[in-house]
Amino acid sequence: MRTISAAETAPATYAWSVHAEQLKVKAGRHLAVDGLDLRMQNGVHGLLGPNGAGKTTLMRALATVLRPAGGKLTILGQDVGGRGNLRQARRGLGYLPQEFGFYPRFTVREFVEYMAWLKEMPKHTIPGAAQRAIERVGLTTRADARMKTLSGGMLRRAGIAQAIVNNPLVLLLDEPTVGLDPEQRLDFRELLRDLAVDSCVLVSTHLVEDVVAACTDVLMVNEGRLVFQGDANTLIDHGGPNDAGDSPAERGYSALLRRARNGGVA
Amino acid sequence: MSTHPEPTVLARYAEGDPGLDDAAVWTVESHLETCPDCRARLTGHLTGDTRALLETVAAGIDRGIVAGPAPVRNPRAWSVTGRRWFTVTLAPWLIMTAAMIGCAVLMNVLEPQMPSLVLLLAPVAPLPGVAVAWSRRTDPAWELIAATPAAGLAMLLRRTAVVLAVIMPLLVLAGAYTGTSIALLLAPCLAFTASSIALGALIGVHRAAFVLAALWAAAIVLPTLVTAELPVVLQSGAAPAGWTLVAAVTTGFAVARADLFRRLTSGN
Ligand SMILES: [Zn+2]
Repeated sequence: MRTISAAETAPATYAWSVHAEQLKVKAGRHLAVDGLDLRMQNGVHGLLGPNGAGKTTLMRALATVLRPAGGKLTILGQDVGGRGNLRQARRGLGYLPQEFGFYPRFTVREFVEYMAWLKEMPKHTIPGAAQRAIERVGLTTRADARMKTLSGGMLRRAGIAQAIVNNPLVLLLDEPTVGLDPEQRLDFRELLRDLAVDSCVLVSTHLVEDVVAACTDVLMVNEGRLVFQGDANTLIDHGGPNDAGDSPAERGYSALLRRARNGGVA
Repeated sequence: MSTHPEPTVLARYAEGDPGLDDAAVWTVESHLETCPDCRARLTGHLTGDTRALLETVAAGIDRGIVAGPAPVRNPRAWSVTGRRWFTVTLAPWLIMTAAMIGCAVLMNVLEPQMPSLVLLLAPVAPLPGVAVAWSRRTDPAWELIAATPAAGLAMLLRRTAVVLAVIMPLLVLAGAYTGTSIALLLAPCLAFTASSIALGALIGVHRAAFVLAALWAAAIVLPTLVTAELPVVLQSGAAPAGWTLVAAVTTGFAVARADLFRRLTSGN
């Protein structure tokens, strides 16, 4: 059993785990996120949107690796939009980037422990935390295998393990299900629900079905703005029989996207 | 520590007596967590069912231990430290720089009448290492690292310290061997390192290192080789103090603007 720190049991002094107001973020010279308003609390939030909608840029801004070009961004009650110190907010963050690089000669355990160290976890908690994270993603038997020997799906799971090693209060996963087989996908959804009990999880994906199955809240962005936020049933309700898609959720997604492109906001 | 529960309460707890309310159970449990004596007493009250359950669990754990993966050996401490202080990509650049210092010493010995190549090389010797130590291109996990609380100027300075810890002793050795002033070797070396970090805050450390090295080559190294005379910035006298001042000012700027190193593109 892991010990629970005083910081974890302290009541939150902020209303939203993630709060963005009129957020603007540049990807190169282009404003990929342009006036986005967003509020999130604990739970699994699915981020949908067409390619180029600004999902990855938004994820990077929330992960604090990109500095917003405008607007206000607060993570765990800390302002992370300006020149201020990011340390406090980053300690509570977990992040899996879309293109996730690694050191091929590290073992999974070494890699997860190294990331835990960079996340400034107390030294004596690192081996236990790394082991637990590796177990949660189902990589126990490969914990001491070198990263270069892992398959695509295993690498993705190692990436999820490093993201959750510090028990983050805000967990950002950019396309985490790429390379996972159907059974691993189901396990992953289970893990998400488990994590969301006491943290705010944002999962960016292009698979509408993943979102419907695992998310309590659906977010949709188009051209750098939030065009929909609501539960999966509300998403489904937007779809009509004539909308494109193989499932009610996909038809709802197409309907919302069409409406956003025509200039309206759902 | 709270007072030890009554033996009767402990017995009822062990039996799972429904008459014991939640508050009482909670009190006993929180006490048991801290009191080995009462835990020992509790075992005396166990019912047959509980014993059977515990035996099943113990057998299951034994089976798991036998069938599971072998325990991990403790990684040697130095390899963990090494991983934390070195970026994997640093080694080849440090070896290359060491080889260049070796060549400069050799030239000095073969052509003693020429201006000291060791002196001319010392300021820019750490720059390849510094440039590589802080680069998105050479660190595959850069985006992951950039999102951690440890990312930032402190990390850059630590990696720079590793580079200097290799380069500076080599310069001291080269200086001692060729009879060159150690202060004239180390002060410019520190000044160029600090300047590349400070300028790197604005244009990227990689680019800054390249620009400074190119400036040095064009403004000092080439004229010196042509005229065969050491420039005033590399002559003893006020020069070491001047270089130290440059190092202090540029370090001060970098520390004051530490916020410029905290993002994905910072200093890259
Ligand atoms: Zn007691």
